Amino acid sequence: MSIYTEEQARAILDKVIKLSKADQCSASLNGSSGGNIRYALNSVSTSGHVSDASLAVEVAFGKRVGTATINQFDDASLEAVVRRAEELARLAPENPEFVPAIDKQAYKASGTFHDKTAKVTPEYRAAVAAACIEPCRKDKLVAAGFFSDTHNFDAIANSKGNFGYQQSSWMDFTCTVRTDDGKGSGWVARNLGDVAKFDAKSDIQTAIQKAKGSVDAKALEPGKYTVIMEPAATAGLISFMMFGFDARRADEGRSFLSKKGGGNKLGEKLFDERVSIHADPWDADAAVLPWDNEGLARERTPIVTKGRIDYLHYSRYWAHKQGKKAIGQPGNLIMLGGDKSTMDLVKGTKKGILVTRTWYIRMVDPQTVLLTGLTRDGTFYIENGEIKYPIKNFRFNESPAIMLNNIEELGKPVRVGDDESPFVMMIPPMKIRDFTFTSLSDAV
Amino acid sequence: MDRRDFLKLTGAGLGALVIPAFYGRAIAAEALLTKIDVATKKRLADVALGAARSGGATYCDVRIGRYLRQFLVTREDKVQNVVNTESSGVGIRVIANGAWGFAASSDMSTDAVAKAARQAVAIAKANARLQAKPVQLAPVKGVGEVSWATPIVKNAMEVPIKDKVDLLLGVNAAAMQAGASFVNSTLFLVNEQKYFASTDGSYIDQDVHRIWAPMQVTAVDKTSGKFRTRDGLSSPRGLGFEYLDAKPADRVELPGGAVVYRDSYDMKADAIAAAKQAKEKLSAPSVKPGKYDLALDPSHTWLTIHESVGHPLELDRVLGYEANYAGTSFATLDKWKDKFKYGSDQVTIFADKTQPGTLGAVAYDDEGVKTQRWDLIKDGVLVNYQAIRDQAHILGLKESQGCCYADSWSSVQFQRMANVSLAPGKARLSPAEMIKGIENGIYIIGNGSFSIDQQRYNAQFGGQLFYEIKNGEVTRQIEDVAYQIRTPEFWNACVAVCDESDYRFGGSFFDGKGQPGQVSAVSHGSATARFNGINVINTARSLG
Repeated sequence: MSIYTEEQARAILDKVIKLSKADQCSASLNGSSGGNIRYALNSVSTSGHVSDASLAVEVAFGKRVGTATINQFDDASLEAVVRRAEELARLAPENPEFVPAIDKQAYKASGTFHDKTAKVTPEYRAAVAAACIEPCRKDKLVAAGFFSDTHNFDAIANSKGNFGYQQSSWMDFTCTVRTDDGKGSGWVARNLGDVAKFDAKSDIQTAIQKAKGSVDAKALEPGKYTVIMEPAATAGLISFMMFGFDARRADEGRSFLSKKGGGNKLGEKLFDERVSIHADPWDADAAVLPWDNEGLARERTPIVTKGRIDYLHYSRYWAHKQGKKAIGQPGNLIMLGGDKSTMDLVKGTKKGILVTRTWYIRMVDPQTVLLTGLTRDGTFYIENGEIKYPIKNFRFNESPAIMLNNIEELGKPVRVGDDESPFVMMIPPMKIRDFTFTSLSDAV
Repeated sequence: MDRRDFLKLTGAGLGALVIPAFYGRAIAAEALLTKIDVATKKRLADVALGAARSGGATYCDVRIGRYLRQFLVTREDKVQNVVNTESSGVGIRVIANGAWGFAASSDMSTDAVAKAARQAVAIAKANARLQAKPVQLAPVKGVGEVSWATPIVKNAMEVPIKDKVDLLLGVNAAAMQAGASFVNSTLFLVNEQKYFASTDGSYIDQDVHRIWAPMQVTAVDKTSGKFRTRDGLSSPRGLGFEYLDAKPADRVELPGGAVVYRDSYDMKADAIAAAKQAKEKLSAPSVKPGKYDLALDPSHTWLTIHESVGHPLELDRVLGYEANYAGTSFATLDKWKDKFKYGSDQVTIFADKTQPGTLGAVAYDDEGVKTQRWDLIKDGVLVNYQAIRDQAHILGLKESQGCCYADSWSSVQFQRMANVSLAPGKARLSPAEMIKGIENGIYIIGNGSFSIDQQRYNAQFGGQLFYEIKNGEVTRQIEDVAYQIRTPEFWNACVAVCDESDYRFGGSFFDGKGQPGQVSAVSHGSATARFNGINVINTARSLG
């Protein structure tokens, strides 16, 4: 068993806290149960189920900290893990940046748990794979995809009386459809809390249409273009930009949010005034735990308001040093938009490029958050509000800090998952001018 | 390890309780020194093999693994994190009714192992219903009971944590004294204790060690608001702690004065150089974009080889098994059959899992195949791929090339990149002699930003140090350099490779592939190589 009830989790954590002889003790207990199915070449390649639980105990003697973890929860094991943490703490060097355990927090539960998602069966996963493979087989297309579902619980406690418990569940689906001659490729992704909102049969049609529609792509000259970016196409760029929102990094002069001469750009207007991003653990479509990795309670936090930087993340140490209040680090990014769909944005575009997704995004220069990466799996030329023809993929070299100043229009946000991002995101489709493509790619 | 886990581990401001699940459970340092007795492992393996056979498996392999990792993360005068982790358990893979099945258990009792074997058989039988063609496994002759260990001199796990902390804090102090504004230094140590047994009659016990000592040195000019970072020029290696006992013979001074390292690393000296060079970067002139002849140092070239040759020549990618994630490959089977000219006549690139001191070096891979060396590109022509037992027949091979790997006992082994290296030139040629012949070029040292498309055609690479070459002379440091390539054109633009005396290794400690993702470690050797007429862009931007 890897999913404990609140009572079971509390009983284990209470024992751990009582066992500790250190100056302070914090513990976290997590468990998860998840399944996945992977398919390629129109055939299931692997499928599996993993369940695991673990307990991490952190204790401190003065400024010396020790951490130990264990995956057995009988009394002897609990005693052993606490003693191990204490032993490590005694051996550890003093940490000059030590901060005491957090005070008792008030956590307001968020809607991270969806019963149907927690009850996904192997048969359901197989049906998702079949829903993608069958129409592709019939249409001389080749499907490769991955579906995973996770049900977990998180529980935390410390010797100052803090306690939190919550269950979560979510699903993630991606599928790439290619024409059998390799000349066309399309993609669809869906990241949801509630699997009841997922319809693989409908979603796969997006990938199929894009695969068929992207055959025989034409080459356009690299340069600056007006682009319609689907939500998945900008999620990676925005998520990358958030690494610059660390207050310490900015204060130290090594972020795009550092100020010339010292200090940071908190409060400055840096983006188009239609850009507003906030975090909200209770958002109905993108709920996350009401506490962060340190156990601090999360709040609804404006991050960017009408283009103005309203938030930098202060670690507890840095907040203390700078005389600021540390608040829970955001777990989601919710960017506001309008009501239009991606296709509505296309309709209002005289000339431009529709980008399905971006790929292999890497930092080129943290000074300006210049990122490089490529378009993939469905890039099209738009003329007079219509998709005219498929075009070859481009490499871009662009900074999200520049991109968010070149907004033409925003559509309706959708939930996006990203392999390389720690955030659950709600991102609108965006129409952006002067997006910089620097070279062509022959990749399909 | 994916980027997210790496950031969790090294990121400032994150709680010490956040230990990525990937690393297993945290343990005390002294527990890193113990091992599971071989007789116990053989007994457990036989339980699994017997249970699988009696369940109806026609093939079974068992991997009993104990994966130990130690990480030390520091910045300036502070230790941010010391983590010891262990993960151990049994992974059992079978073929039944012509299909693969896999099951794993962290419970190493005989009952649990037998149960996992039966579960793997049941999964295989279920999968067989969806299987179009039965698995075709290239034969492997059993080797009986054998063992192998990375030939290390000093087991890094035996070095006291205090010594490691003193080393890193000494390195940081040296960088700060040399003018750095900030410095982060880290030690990653890995010991994989892997036992493999199969129904072919092999019982292989291997003890694999790896070490990596990355650092980032940053210089900030608060007046201009500019900052620049120079990463350390070490490479991760399949060596023990002796890698950090610098030997004078391993110090290589390059034309223009930059210093790189061969088989041991002077971390402190590199930290001092990094601080000075990071400061120089703040005022170095910005590159004029255009076509340049590039001289690429091995500390840089390894990543270009990795992305533009290593990955596209993985057979599973070529066939389409990675289409939804990492992608496919431009180097299709028809190109191989047509003797595709991947590079110039100077380009011979080989795969090799036997080179001592490399990240990929083992005696047997994770399906019991003896490791070997083979050519991928011979005199510019695509001649082979990287294939494992169930793929060998697709290339008409009689045996696997021995490049199967799983990153944990609980992961299914699959095709992973071998060490893939550019062969040194046959004619005598030093980097200094090579540079003498370049009129308008850039000398690139160390790896930087990297990105490549899903078929491995279009790539862009940065670096750590960029030196202008004018009329055969290294003149000055320049900045904001990245080059963009189309893979076959790039390798066909290779006009010279220095000789064996300049051959050095670089590598990746955490190369990701698969869904769910797995990591592997891989080295890439080369000597300094020259590429003519490569497109260089300027990466400087203004945020106003």
